[in-house]
Amino acid sequence: MKFGVVVFPGSNCDRDMIHVLQDVMQQEVKVLWHKDHDLQGLTTDDCIVLPGGFSYGDYLRCGAIAKFSPIMRKVMEHANNGGFVWGICNGFQILCESGLLPGALLRNNNQKFICKNVYLTATHSESALTRNILQDDVLKIPIAHAEGRYYADEATLKNLKKNGQILFQYCNEEGDVTAEANPNGALLNIAGICNEKGNVFGMMPHPERAAEEDLNNIDGRKLFESLLNLNLVEQ
Amino acid sequence: MKFKAEINVMPLKELLDPQGKAVLGGLKNLDFKTISNVRIGKHITLELEAANETEAKSFAEAACKKLLANQVMEHFEIDIQKA
Repeated sequence: MKFGVVVFPGSNCDRDMIHVLQDVMQQEVKVLWHKDHDLQGLTTDDCIVLPGGFSYGDYLRCGAIAKFSPIMRKVMEHANNGGFVWGICNGFQILCESGLLPGALLRNNNQKFICKNVYLTATHSESALTRNILQDDVLKIPIAHAEGRYYADEATLKNLKKNGQILFQYCNEEGDVTAEANPNGALLNIAGICNEKGNVFGMMPHPERAAEEDLNNIDGRKLFESLLNLNLVEQ
Repeated sequence: MKFKAEINVMPLKELLDPQGKAVLGGLKNLDFKTISNVRIGKHITLELEAANETEAKSFAEAACKKLLANQVMEHFEIDIQKA
């Protein structure tokens, strides 16, 4: 699997993501500019990452303008053909705005930009992004956003639950999904979801900021390892 | 003909509007005791060319649906005036 990291004007987690993919996970990375009209040879075996940041200054709504970038047309094609797409933070907002993922991300209920470590639990290990994460694992991964309150109408939430599309929920250190552990007011403590086909992922927390010993936190690496199916390779 | 579209984009009624809540708190602190609710949205004005008012409205509506409003979380109202 190769990776493509999209850079929008205002992206600011692109370098972190490229660094983790290249230097920590030893993967080949193509850097895709928002004005590009091609994916530099990436195929549906590969994963396109939409990184965090403030694409187009978060004008109008977070991710609203980015969805019309020339590269996004290709990203949508890639997703519709079954290729992996992984949006983190602003990337998640862009995926919701573009309709590749259901729902929307609203202003945090406390009206503040929140930048801190939170705890996450994976609801199941059936997805490509969570297959290396055990039921009891509690991951400590930072969030950094002002608009991260996941919202969808009741019918959509019901579908998400039914199809196993809820991937990550905010929880406490013990792994319990509680109202107190919900940093932003997200419905059902949702921190990350996938589409029905399971090839498009969106999440507010930043695993790329928690993937190195030097940062004293490698919990985020489990997501990269899941995606790369590293366990299976080792077996 | 030139038209002006005045568009209000508001958070859906069933959604918590934390911005409005914060402003309501501020107003209460200033002794505006009779104000009981605040909702904050966006006001957008467009200047556009169209054959008539109906066409102008349909252009503005398309713009709202495609970009200006996200109907998952917002609703919009359009008022068309001759410019």
